[in-house]
Amino acid sequence: MTKKLKLIALSSAASMIALSAAAQDPVSLTVVSWGGAYTESQQRAYHEPYMAANPHVTIINDDGSANALAGLRAQSQAGNVTWDLVDMLPSDAQLACDEGIILEIDHDAMLAPAPDGTPASEDFLPGSLGDCFIPQIVYSTILAVRPGAFEGEQPDSIADLFDLENFPGKRALQDRPGTNLEWALYADGVAPEDIYDVLATPEGVDRAFAKLDTIKDEIIFWTEGAQAPQLLADGEVAFATGYNGRMFNAIEVEGMDAAIVWDGQIVEWDGWVVPAGGPNVDAVMDYLRFATDTQRLADQAKFISYGPARASSAALVGQHADLGIDMAPHMPTAPANYYSPIVLDNDFWADYGDELRERFANWMLQ
Amino acid sequence: MSLPAYYTTKDKVWHYAFRVICFAIFFFLLAPILIMIPLSFNAQPYFTFTREMLTLNPEGYSLRWYQDFLGDDGWMRSIRNSFLIGIAATILSTTLGTLAALGLSRAEMPAKGLIMGILISPMIVPLIISAAGMFFFFSQINIAQTFLGVVIAHAALGTPFVVITVTATLVGFDQSLTRAAANLGASPTTNFFKITMPLILPGVISGALFAFITSFDEIVVVLFVAGVEQRTIPREMWSGIREDISPTILAVATILVLISIALLTVVELLRRRGERLRGLSPQ
Amino acid sequence: MAPSDASDTPTAIGNETDSKGRLLTSDGRPLRAALQRANRRRKLTALGLVAPLLAFILIFFAYPIVQMMWRSVDNPAVVEALPRTLAALEEWDGNDLPGEEVYRALYEDMLADEELPRAEQKMGPLAVRLNYEISAARSAIVRTARNVDEMEAPYKEAFLDAHRLWNDPTIWRIIEREGRPLTASYYVAAVDREYNAEGEIVQAPENRQIYVALFGRTFMMSVVITFMTFALGFPIAYYLSTLPMSKANLLMIAVLLPFWTSLLVRTSAWIVLLQGQGVINDMLVALGVIDDENRLTMIYNQTGTIIAMTHILLPFMVLPLYSVMKTIPPSYTRAAKSLGATPWTAFRRVYFPQTLPGIAAGGVLVFIISIGYYITPALVGGQDGRMISNEIARHIQSSLNWGLAAALGTMLLVSVLILYWLFNKLVGTDSLKFG
Repeated sequence: MTKKLKLIALSSAASMIALSAAAQDPVSLTVVSWGGAYTESQQRAYHEPYMAANPHVTIINDDGSANALAGLRAQSQAGNVTWDLVDMLPSDAQLACDEGIILEIDHDAMLAPAPDGTPASEDFLPGSLGDCFIPQIVYSTILAVRPGAFEGEQPDSIADLFDLENFPGKRALQDRPGTNLEWALYADGVAPEDIYDVLATPEGVDRAFAKLDTIKDEIIFWTEGAQAPQLLADGEVAFATGYNGRMFNAIEVEGMDAAIVWDGQIVEWDGWVVPAGGPNVDAVMDYLRFATDTQRLADQAKFISYGPARASSAALVGQHADLGIDMAPHMPTAPANYYSPIVLDNDFWADYGDELRERFANWMLQ
Repeated sequence: MSLPAYYTTKDKVWHYAFRVICFAIFFFLLAPILIMIPLSFNAQPYFTFTREMLTLNPEGYSLRWYQDFLGDDGWMRSIRNSFLIGIAATILSTTLGTLAALGLSRAEMPAKGLIMGILISPMIVPLIISAAGMFFFFSQINIAQTFLGVVIAHAALGTPFVVITVTATLVGFDQSLTRAAANLGASPTTNFFKITMPLILPGVISGALFAFITSFDEIVVVLFVAGVEQRTIPREMWSGIREDISPTILAVATILVLISIALLTVVELLRRRGERLRGLSPQ
Repeated sequence: MAPSDASDTPTAIGNETDSKGRLLTSDGRPLRAALQRANRRRKLTALGLVAPLLAFILIFFAYPIVQMMWRSVDNPAVVEALPRTLAALEEWDGNDLPGEEVYRALYEDMLADEELPRAEQKMGPLAVRLNYEISAARSAIVRTARNVDEMEAPYKEAFLDAHRLWNDPTIWRIIEREGRPLTASYYVAAVDREYNAEGEIVQAPENRQIYVALFGRTFMMSVVITFMTFALGFPIAYYLSTLPMSKANLLMIAVLLPFWTSLLVRTSAWIVLLQGQGVINDMLVALGVIDDENRLTMIYNQTGTIIAMTHILLPFMVLPLYSVMKTIPPSYTRAAKSLGATPWTAFRRVYFPQTLPGIAAGGVLVFIISIGYYITPALVGGQDGRMISNEIARHIQSSLNWGLAAALGTMLLVSVLILYWLFNKLVGTDSLKFG
């Protein structure tokens, strides 16, 4: 109770500061994110409470995150930055940071400490902070299966994705090398911790593609996060890889008949970056302080099953806002789910991404 | 229909077979568009006819997808944007295009072929290339992700149609009419509005309609140049198809088909009126 | 503004002539000069009418495209980031690792860059640029640059410690090769070639060859679509041309309605019809033609793209065919028949040759539109229905290799312009009519 009071006090203090600082001039913030259920969760957990406390601020959602780096580069080259805040992956954030097109973040000075006073840099999960990157969530790419597709034994591992003999049918995979090459090696017997070492060698890449070749004829590729559950729901595929939050939404909220396989889940962060030279940097910083505090991150988990990126938020994760089910077991980081995770290596993809993307594009077209 | 008496059996079979083939092709052209109309009243979130629909059970039908569409801020904004951008782009391209057509149809016009080539190039260059070029250039001059940017882009894409239709009207245009008017003391402005304009009006209007539909239907440039506040109907449909394709798309599609029928009717009436006015009776 | 030719025309009166016998106008000027002046003025009026649109198109359409094409050869990253290194590399033999002076120059370049304001630093773009040529160049540059202020002489050793790539002569060859303001490397990549260690252009390894095959496929699909529109368009255009005007106008609606209907609407219509749980599969299952487990895959592949694009482009074939066929007098065919030709011969030898201008117009039109098509392949093409436009869009939006996108775009544009030029030679733009 006292904790809660303290939080309310904190957040209202934050909004008071905002009120006095912004002097009531109407501000419109363009927030770029991933669209669909994900933007919806941000809308309800961050935007709506913030706008309620700051009536002069309007937040406009743009679902351009899939092409965020292209947009940032074009806007920055042109010296005309129209985006205020962008939700992006840490690998892209690192590139943008190296190119100087997004702002460097002093996490302790700019972000709220945990309720117990732990500074932000220690409260966010280890390894999640980037020079320009403020993590929001831990998400994972997982495999989902339509139970109706098989009689008897159900698939329960990544190896089963590559097992056409026992589990025939179409598979929906994302149309990029990331996650697919890791899984191919994992299914081929490489231990999760060795995957990137193997993938850094030409033989390792050949091995991964050879493994993918075995199921190539059965693959349908998807591009946007929402397509994967759609393909499962339409019965177009038996397996689909996808983001765990989208799958949760499709299964629990929309009642899709599918099961999540947590084996070999590929874990990654996702978070905010602030474009350099944006029109409303001060207003954005105020919003960010609010939207990345302990309570807000825990709140987001009420709407979508992504794990909050702050250690102090974990205890506050409660029940789904509409369904009333416990969210903790649906988090990728729940112990029952986190038994064989592969942690996505952004440095690897920054270095080898250009070459592997070309090769993957070639492979898809063959 | 009676066939000529000298037709052999083979001729007759071929005569009817040919008609069957032709109507099959007309069916191929129309059926996909028309089939969406009943499906948009589906009570279930499926893209196919349910048992209730086939048995004409009223419970199989509903207006829920239309309610979805009308109650959605994103769709409503996209309608406003589509008309706003379409009308602005049409005014711009019709004005510029009509003037240019008047110039181009003068015998004294130098370098006609080259200029015509440049002016209709927006129609020839693949859209992805136009869109990519505009994406980079509009960012530099600060009109990317603005209404102005999208209007300019769409006006550029629409002008070739105006130039072509108005030029075509001017082919049958009798220049002695304007000369006669001038001799009788009409000022150039009076001359234009009293003589030229009424005669080329059908061409101008159908050019304008082409320019409007070009903008109204355009998506590639919008994908590259527009921001979230300039989303048009095709842009919303693009997201809808790629993300979660729900029958709301079909409701929108049905409304768009009705709009195209209206536009088609107007163009057809104009064409006939134009032919009558220029004394070119349909053969 | 308005056509006012009459007022410009000099009024020549009667037989007035000057001393040299030249005709004079009523105000005494030589008629020839006055006519020329009037002519010039009319020319200027005509130009003035065209000028606003011409300027508009040149600024907002032609210039952006030229600028985009420029990106396919523009190569500022290395020149701007590493001036000292490039100067030092001039002495290098190009075989083994370069000497200490080159590494020192690289150190100085990185140090100088560090001192610039962040937005002007050049190492980020350099890392992006070089990573297209060799994997891991990104981390070699970014990580080394980050710690460059702690580096001490001898620099060669320090660099070799900092990242393995500095120990590889390949990266130095690339820096030397790309150290010019213009590059051919995007075009080299766009035709599936690459540079070998000797700097020669050779075939890329098979698993990285994409674009030649993709251009080939785009071409093939466009040929198939053009042929399909011809096969479907010819009979109905012929049928329409034989009907009396009122009936033809009525049936013409079947052609014009798709033409006027939104592209997105037509594409979604085909998704509705062709998908696994769609109308056609449902019908086939209900009729017992196929069973529920073996529904046909007709969409998200090449088949779906070809069907949908044939439907979308069919009007572009029918309209020019119809306008040509309407002008062919039926008496020719009748004459041939009365002279003893069979209907087939009459059609083949007399009628068909007269429709060739229409076929050429429709065919080139459909073909030009097909090879640059983007939306329909993106929505229903899956992987094997992708076309070159989709790859250009991918490089602009997600892989961010804008130079390569520009090179591919330029190649596509040049092919379209060549086709258009052929089209003009064959039939002339006048046959472009709408509605």
